[in-house]
Amino acid sequence: MSILLDRSSRVIVQGITGKIARFHTKDMIEYGTNVVGGVVPGKGGEVVEGVPVFNTVKEAVEATDADASIVFVPPPFAADSIMEAADAGIRYCVCITDGIPAQDMIRVKRYMYRYPRDKRMVLTGPNCAGTISPGKALLGIMPGHIYLPGNVGIIGRSGTLGYEAAAQLKEYGIGVSTSVGIGGDPINGSSFKDILQWFEQDPETEVIAMIGEIGGPQEAEAADYIKNHVTKPVIAYVAGLTAPKGRTMGHAGAIISAFGESASEKVEILSAAGVIVAENPAVIGETIARVMKKAA
Amino acid sequence: MDIHEYQAKEILSNFGVAVPSGALAYSPEQAAYRARELGGEKWIVKAQVHAGGRGKAGGVKLCDSEGEIYEACEDMFGRKLVTHQTGPEGKGIYRVYVESAVPIDREIYLGFVLDRSSQRVMIVASSEGGMEIEEISAEKPDSIVRSTVEPAVGLQEFQAREIAFKLGLEPGMVQQMVRTLQGCYAAFSELDATMVEINPLVITGDNRVLALDAKMSFDDNALFRHPQISELRDKSQEDPRESRAADRGLSYVGLDGNIGCIVNGAGLAMATMDTIKLAGGEPANFLDIGGGASPERVAKAFRLVLSDDNVQAILVNIFAGINRCDWVAEGVVQALRELEIDLPVVVRLAGTNVEEGQKILAKSGLPVIRATTLMEAAERAVGAWQNDLTQATKVRAVK
Repeated sequence: MSILLDRSSRVIVQGITGKIARFHTKDMIEYGTNVVGGVVPGKGGEVVEGVPVFNTVKEAVEATDADASIVFVPPPFAADSIMEAADAGIRYCVCITDGIPAQDMIRVKRYMYRYPRDKRMVLTGPNCAGTISPGKALLGIMPGHIYLPGNVGIIGRSGTLGYEAAAQLKEYGIGVSTSVGIGGDPINGSSFKDILQWFEQDPETEVIAMIGEIGGPQEAEAADYIKNHVTKPVIAYVAGLTAPKGRTMGHAGAIISAFGESASEKVEILSAAGVIVAENPAVIGETIARVMKKAA
Repeated sequence: MDIHEYQAKEILSNFGVAVPSGALAYSPEQAAYRARELGGEKWIVKAQVHAGGRGKAGGVKLCDSEGEIYEACEDMFGRKLVTHQTGPEGKGIYRVYVESAVPIDREIYLGFVLDRSSQRVMIVASSEGGMEIEEISAEKPDSIVRSTVEPAVGLQEFQAREIAFKLGLEPGMVQQMVRTLQGCYAAFSELDATMVEINPLVITGDNRVLALDAKMSFDDNALFRHPQISELRDKSQEDPRESRAADRGLSYVGLDGNIGCIVNGAGLAMATMDTIKLAGGEPANFLDIGGGASPERVAKAFRLVLSDDNVQAILVNIFAGINRCDWVAEGVVQALRELEIDLPVVVRLAGTNVEEGQKILAKSGLPVIRATTLMEAAERAVGAWQNDLTQATKVRAVK
């Protein structure tokens, strides 16, 4: 049983009739994900990629017993879709959409706190590549073939940089238990710390890799948590050593606006917490391989 | 998106924040005329540029007569103002704001930001107004008051009162301060701002609370629902290459180096820049062409990178996920043929269908330097830039 997502997860696709959503629905089904339906208001009754479409998430959950969802809804309406999933009893939601207003995400986070912790949906993203438990299920847009099944848990803010890390691991024959994209937005569903808690509990994960970048406090918060609560080895890489201060580097959240938010400061904070830092992106795989060899 | 001081003041005053009377001018004549309209004996002339630190850089002048206003404006208009926030190239002055001078008793710092830790809007205030917030937190950290706003109910009066009393305001002034704080929060939340800063907020000699300066930034992702804010965009204040990129849906940040970068994905783009630096070079830009990399986007990206005269070599790094390397390679070949690029171009492809992609590059007969790993790509790009053209050709021959 991997974290967040497994073979038994019953998935619905919110916004399934869009071109990109359709493409990835097909891809997820081919990978072996148990996609049971889709939701698009007003398109209930249609069938897309062999699965039924519903008007509301509640209807979809009643009809299919879905417990996971992936959101491909355009930015102006995406926050509403996430809240709809939370309200319908979905347990795990991945939001792929890039470009959701920050204050919409503040509202989403506030809305989710109305549910007690044990009933609260887990959200990862937005603006992420999704989550994959190699060989089991894919709830995202990443190319499944670059991940081998294995025991490294990956948490990353960036999509393609995460692929780079997975591909490097594959070169060493090292596999992944679950890879979780937490996304590049300033206000996100789950932080590094949130996912670290899952991996620390997960018997299939032996080593944890964090792929961070400039901007925001979440790498530093993770460092603090690792120091006191994580027993498994943690490897990290932080992108953006050459990024100038005060400029947004592609991701809405990748901007250095306070102390502790630059790559070099994050590296220092993580190192001080006992995290093994890969000096550059070309040696992420090598560093993880070294740590695993030592642990074995 | 940033706006000018005068625009921020107009917005905030619509939300009940008191500001001094002022008028905008596009020429020295207009400035002098508008000062007469405003009346009074002392005016402040302020260059309207999207940057802080204008005072120290000569962008703010206190004037006693219309003649002085005219002179101050003649000196400002058309000039580039260089402040600690603009970078060495500065920002052009095309508008000035003329404001009636007010007698100042106290200066307060007031800022509203998106706090990423609490995932809420945070109010930051200090009794040490007039200084930059970075200076205040370094020199007078104890003067800083912070308060976060519960998003479901908004800023409550008691919170605003607490801030006012902590700043040491006279009881008679507290209600004005509450109105100011609530006005700023309403503007922030209703217009999807990411930052509102009033520095200084002043208490005048005649007991008024006035925003003497104002800065606002807005969430680009929320502009779709605020067309009236989009209208305030001033392209004269943006790096022309960055605005061009933004108009084409590419994410570009110009830097000082000479190795141009074309990468898919923001994290990988930053990682590529870092690797170039590690290999001994300096990146000329950050450029994320997005998760997909269609031939059209690749061509657009090449054009954009080439518009920077400092670029002496180009590194293309594409990790093909859903899109395939052969498709990306076709795009690169097409762009190189169309644009007749005579600089060394290093291409690193990885991911889906990488072998087919490499074959297409090899078959094209174009002098593309190929690389398989990120490190190799960076080293080859730096090597090609360091060597003269003949040596660069040798590298190609070896390949």
